[in-house]
Amino acid sequence: MENYNSSNIKTLEFDALIIGGGGSGMRTSLELAKSGLKTAVVSKVFPTRSHTVSAQGGITCAIASEDPNDDWRWHMYDTVKGSDYIGDQDAIEYMCSEGPKAVFELEHMGLPFSRFENGRIYQRPFGGQSKDFGKGGQAARTCAAADRTGHALLHTLYQNNIKEGSNFLNEWFAVDLVLNQSKEVTGVIAFSIESGEVAYLKSQATVMATGGAGRIYSSTTNALINTGDGLGMALRAGFPAQDMEMWQFHPTGIYGAGSLVTEGCRGEGGYLINAEGERFMERYAPNAKDLAGRDVVARSMVLEILEGRGCGENKDHVFLKLDHLGADVLNAKLPGICELSRTFAGVDPIFNPIPVVPTCHYMMGGTPTNIHGQAFTQSNGEDKIIAGLFSVGEAACVSVHGANRLGGNSLLDLVVFGRAAGIHIQEALKTGGGVADADSDDINKALHGLNKINSSSDGFEVAEVKRELQSVMQNYFGVFRRGDYMEKGVSALEEIREKVSNLHLKDKSMAFNTSRVEALELQNLFEVAEATAIASLQRTESRGAHARDDFKERDDENWLCHSLYDPIKKTLSKRDVNFTPIQVDTFEPKVRTY
Amino acid sequence: MIDVNIYRYNPETDKFPYTQTYTLKKPEKDIMLLELLNILKEQDSSISYRRSCREGVCGSDGMNINGKNGLACITPISQAIKNNKIELRPLPGLPVIRDLVVDMTEFYAQYDKIKPFLQNETEPPAQERLQSPAERDKLDGLYECILCACCSTSCPSFWWNPDKFVGPAALLQAYRFIADSRDTKTAERLEGLSDPFSVYRCHGIMNCVNVCPKDLNPNHAIGEIKSMLLSDKKKENIIVSDGVS
Repeated sequence: MENYNSSNIKTLEFDALIIGGGGSGMRTSLELAKSGLKTAVVSKVFPTRSHTVSAQGGITCAIASEDPNDDWRWHMYDTVKGSDYIGDQDAIEYMCSEGPKAVFELEHMGLPFSRFENGRIYQRPFGGQSKDFGKGGQAARTCAAADRTGHALLHTLYQNNIKEGSNFLNEWFAVDLVLNQSKEVTGVIAFSIESGEVAYLKSQATVMATGGAGRIYSSTTNALINTGDGLGMALRAGFPAQDMEMWQFHPTGIYGAGSLVTEGCRGEGGYLINAEGERFMERYAPNAKDLAGRDVVARSMVLEILEGRGCGENKDHVFLKLDHLGADVLNAKLPGICELSRTFAGVDPIFNPIPVVPTCHYMMGGTPTNIHGQAFTQSNGEDKIIAGLFSVGEAACVSVHGANRLGGNSLLDLVVFGRAAGIHIQEALKTGGGVADADSDDINKALHGLNKINSSSDGFEVAEVKRELQSVMQNYFGVFRRGDYMEKGVSALEEIREKVSNLHLKDKSMAFNTSRVEALELQNLFEVAEATAIASLQRTESRGAHARDDFKERDDENWLCHSLYDPIKKTLSKRDVNFTPIQVDTFEPKVRTY
Repeated sequence: MIDVNIYRYNPETDKFPYTQTYTLKKPEKDIMLLELLNILKEQDSSISYRRSCREGVCGSDGMNINGKNGLACITPISQAIKNNKIELRPLPGLPVIRDLVVDMTEFYAQYDKIKPFLQNETEPPAQERLQSPAERDKLDGLYECILCACCSTSCPSFWWNPDKFVGPAALLQAYRFIADSRDTKTAERLEGLSDPFSVYRCHGIMNCVNVCPKDLNPNHAIGEIKSMLLSDKKKENIIVSDGVS
């Protein structure tokens, strides 16, 4: 196979490049499409195949529809508490206060929200929501289009990108970042999946909107494409990742298949039962019950199973009961769930409960950014902006989710920060911001990984190594974690790194070679998994989604902070959480109960 | 044992497409066809197909399964196996890029053509535009389309005129915006569809309804569009042909 170098590949030049065509990437591109800047969205799948499409329950936002007195500050309080106090309060404030504007924009773009009788957007209760700073009972703050909100949102964004004439490089795969001598990001090496043609996509601003990486686990609600490509590229380039130990396990993945069953089911009145038919969440969270934070519900389910009250032959799952809601409510409010359950669980929820287990769902960590989407690294304990690099959505850690994301906050994150990054990039580039050119050595360096896999004549099987990686993560870094097990996991990963660096790409063909894509994806998965493992082992406390058997308590004295993983030294350092919102007083850490 | 017979074509090495049969042990569990393809791909990494969500909402893995279009990820092999055999072909009527991967450019071009976005030139209010539940109900069965192309590529009218006949998928979306109480461009949308090809090449043979993996009914939407076009024309006192020519 031909070895690529800077002189035998073409260069395509842009003002701004967005890697990823999901919700956050398309919201960024929509903002930029109106600016006159030369922009392209690089997406490895046609945009409406992105994983945003699978989001179900809704987008949480204080639009004051269900409750005219609702207040974004209450939403902010819930989000800070949900984050177990390591969400950045400046970013959470920005998301919650800008949220209504972003949601109304989506409605104006045509998003087919469900409606209340008065014609306003329908809102349903979700976990961790309260009125009046936790004192006014359960809130209903999640705006929904039935249980297909992600689909409706993603298609609406794509449609409006068509309207604004956005430029898409569909079915193009970004391989690695190109860095100039000052370690500024000048674009990416990418190839067209359809033709195999390789190019240097040069840009003044490169936005990582590559989503999550749930496929590091064997059981996940995530699409097959969620392989952390942007984060993998950033880690290989030596840029840090933040809070990588924080992975959300969604309480209700369909047992066996892993497909998501929205929290909206419990919002509409469904609840979990164990083998004895007991509504066990009443014991674990007497007030919020089934609508406690996702981390709390997932742990309660695992404890029920471990204590022998699991359902089924192997007592290894619990049931989500919905039949008492009646066929009318289920068909109107949760039609997609009924469909998924019939297909993947063989169960019709109108008559029988759905078998569910906690399933890897969301990466709270990611590339650290400020509220403008600017990625940064640290030098001598100070944040330092990485010129040319931006990150938005699940790939980023801004951080609005901290140690545990609240349901419905992900879609809000996408549109609020996608929009913010777009606005910032326009302004920055119009006032002369940008990066210096990379030279041919820099470009050749970024081609190294692709050349290596293309020239492999033997080595390890991609599918086998991927299974091995996923089972290590599943076994050692799941809902409950323990130091000695995690140490085993970390050393298992060291062996897997050897294999991941020596994969065998048997099929070297150019046209629509999905095995090349899968091999490169596995390398990205590995980087994310290793960051997760090292961060998990070193955070010696339990907080949010990170629950350790050997350090059961939250330790604010030592760990009320972000963790920052350095991929070169493979070490973890601490970074301050922002406790200084502008419009409201700081929400001080409290004991977190539901 | 089962035989999985797959359409194969790699433009770099094959002058013509061919079919290849893989014989494998029938899985004990009733897995989805996509999982079976993933198993096959471990044996032969050169097989190419699209996939993403693996739960029937992203529309990537539309293919022709034993002669009928469907999504591999929500088709159980128990449904797909006929006489211990499964035949997999790319979606019909579109150019094949490789194996089960088709070039969907013409399909997407028709989608773009119907202006698939809300048009309302009035200044939006500070909050959302209001829409009653009854008005919103009219969008059910329309907005859920996943653009998998199973319907349009099972439609002979689309096979013959993929550049002129909009096809069931894009017509469903055309009607989705016509039916939306917030859209103010109904007249322009209808005008854009009033030529002899865009809508009138649909002769209601219902292949689209028969294959839609989301149980949507493009045929009904097309019927509504035709009725609206006809009542418009009647108002103008113009005699229209049924478009068959």
